[in-house]
Amino acid sequence: MKHLTSIQRFWISFVLVIPMLIQMLAMPFHWMMPGYTWIAFITTTLIMLVAAWPYWTSAWAAFKHHNANMNTLVAIGTSIAYFYSLFAMITGRPVYFESAAFISVFVLLGDTMEERMHNNASNALKKLLDLQVKSAEVLRDGKFVQVPLDQVQVGDIIQVKPGQKVPVDGVITSGKTTLDESMITGESMPVTKKVGDDVVGSTINGDGAIQFRATKVGKDTMLSQIVEMVKKAQTSHAPIQNLTDKISGFFVPTVLIIAIATFVIWYSFLGATLVQAMLFAVAVIVIACPCALGLATPTALMVGTGRAAKMGVLIKDGQALEEINDVKTVVFDKTGTITVGKPTVTDIIGDQDQVLRVAASLEASSEHPLAKAVMNAAKEKMVEPQTVADFTAVEGKGVQAVIDGQQAFVGNDKLLTDYQISAGMKQQMATLQDEAKTVVLVGLAKQVIGLIAIQDAPKPSSAQAIADLKARGLKTVMLTGDNERVANAIAKEVGIDQVIANVLPNEKAEHVKALEQDGKVAFVGDGINDAPALTTANVGIAMGSGTDIAIESGSIVLVQNDLRGVVKAIDISKKTFSRIKLNLFWALIYNVIGVPIAAGVFVGFGLQLSPEFAALAMAFSSVSVVTSSLLLNRAKIGGTEPVAGSDSQPA
Amino acid sequence: MGQMLALIIGIILIIAILWWFFGKHTEQAGDASVNGHVQEATVVVKGGYSPSTVVLKKGMPGKVNFDMKDSTACLSHVVFSKLGVDEDLTKQPVTTVNIPTDKSGEYDFACGMDMFHGKVIVK
Repeated sequence: MKHLTSIQRFWISFVLVIPMLIQMLAMPFHWMMPGYTWIAFITTTLIMLVAAWPYWTSAWAAFKHHNANMNTLVAIGTSIAYFYSLFAMITGRPVYFESAAFISVFVLLGDTMEERMHNNASNALKKLLDLQVKSAEVLRDGKFVQVPLDQVQVGDIIQVKPGQKVPVDGVITSGKTTLDESMITGESMPVTKKVGDDVVGSTINGDGAIQFRATKVGKDTMLSQIVEMVKKAQTSHAPIQNLTDKISGFFVPTVLIIAIATFVIWYSFLGATLVQAMLFAVAVIVIACPCALGLATPTALMVGTGRAAKMGVLIKDGQALEEINDVKTVVFDKTGTITVGKPTVTDIIGDQDQVLRVAASLEASSEHPLAKAVMNAAKEKMVEPQTVADFTAVEGKGVQAVIDGQQAFVGNDKLLTDYQISAGMKQQMATLQDEAKTVVLVGLAKQVIGLIAIQDAPKPSSAQAIADLKARGLKTVMLTGDNERVANAIAKEVGIDQVIANVLPNEKAEHVKALEQDGKVAFVGDGINDAPALTTANVGIAMGSGTDIAIESGSIVLVQNDLRGVVKAIDISKKTFSRIKLNLFWALIYNVIGVPIAAGVFVGFGLQLSPEFAALAMAFSSVSVVTSSLLLNRAKIGGTEPVAGSDSQPA
Repeated sequence: MGQMLALIIGIILIIAILWWFFGKHTEQAGDASVNGHVQEATVVVKGGYSPSTVVLKKGMPGKVNFDMKDSTACLSHVVFSKLGVDEDLTKQPVTTVNIPTDKSGEYDFACGMDMFHGKVIVK
């Protein structure tokens, strides 16, 4: 009997309860089942053994630990009804076996349904894990052979045929194809991939055949990391749960005290019979449902974070989900967050070849993104860099060195204090900056000989995302190390409210802190230099294409390199959090209203609950909380359609 | 007479409940047994966790075995929120959870509905 599952216990009890159900329905027609008392006694005793016994033992074990929980309530309710009926049967009084039997059956039904739906709620994770393939075609000794996934190693060359799934993360070495990456990024458009591009494990290959070199396997793949993150998020605590933690500590003992008070008041003061008073007390014990309170937050969190993951928004914990609700300001890093992050040279003012040669010579060894743009332009125009001497970097200004015996420099307008510039060039510089282009000054022998304009265009989706955020009443701010003209031009293009320009990398966190004076701040960034700001902000949102350290520092990660993810993150967090509040409210109000009704406070209005209906109400209160959480799967978020059918399959 | 008696018994019961559930009761923490290079502790799950506090030593791989003796839905899952662990205890009699012991600290665990609590202390 110990090994019965709760669903089996339910069905056995259900069959056993049928005779009592028939009697109950026949009652209004004044029909009495022959030998009803004996039938009720035998079937109820069996039901107690099958259905109620586990609650009794669990409650007793909890009692010994000075603990009380829902099992305590069920055990006390059923045992009072059962043992009183036993006593009544022996002494020839009316029996209430059916109360004990129905309470057990309904509670079991509630438990079973809730367990089943709970499994449904945690399904998102299982589905993610199921995306993984079991084997890969790996190049071994010149031939492609099927190898189990766990034996694939970094550096292996793997072949993916059309229609197959990419087994692990890697870089394409030959072939060209389109990949469906929707399971990772949430973006439904297939992405074109060629040699040198990254591929992500579990994405689906389109019509091309490719070979790629594995760069991440096992636990390190993007999918494994996403699964790990979602797992942590689903089990994490939201601060709002502190409330239920506190309530759960004294909930059950309080209900027991209320039940005793109910009995005493009815019996000692209001002149009810012993049996009536007892039925009220039992109804109080049975209707109270701490479970609904306990389930309110975790189930919503589970569904909400799972749904978010499907859309490419990884919310790391319940705290982030709760905090983003009060966010008033969204602060963006510029490069790589609002813009594409791949600056290109658009204009060269002055002697094209000479300007580019000097710039390329000085920038050849620099890692700065603007330097890369200059080097790419030089390569395109076939300009060879020269060797330089006495190379020095001038903090926050640029670099200088000696070329052919002449002092040369490349840098920003802060260098102008030391160098001469013609009025015409100064004018051109301002014009270019107003076009959202970063201008690099190139100088030789104390004289500015030319300008290079570099542009990092905003991502096509940035303007839409920022408009959506503003429509939600949020203030948008851009932080950048760029100068004011360029920053303002970009801000104007995408619709940013406020620009803070000329920010040194180490000042970002301080600016975020200052903005927090006016309300909670979310910071969106991608670079190493964004990490302190991501940590400082109330909510740090890291772009998935960003550096590992940024992803580590953020509390929300956007898998797709698209700012519309910020809108989705805010929407799903708001929906989830308001669902948590709704659940908690419903669970609290249910108990606050249910307990007095069961206690017979409203008997004067003809409102009264028998213990069996109290048990039915209890069972459905927890089921309804879980249902409400599951409905989050159907909520409309940031223009995306609800996940069809994902929650309707049985576990 | 019966009414008087019910009142008195009722008051006594209420006082007993208050004392039993809210009074100060201490419980002993469970220690892990060392087996070769692994330390293991067992928590019996029956109407709660006993012991509800488990102490593991820092630096040695640690395991906590949850011995499921309860057949009600209440305790069917154990959740370590810091570790991202959510295990169904009803699938097998004993469920093992690996605890990282490289740093000292506390890992709280609870049932799926957050009604029962326990913790693993690494020191």
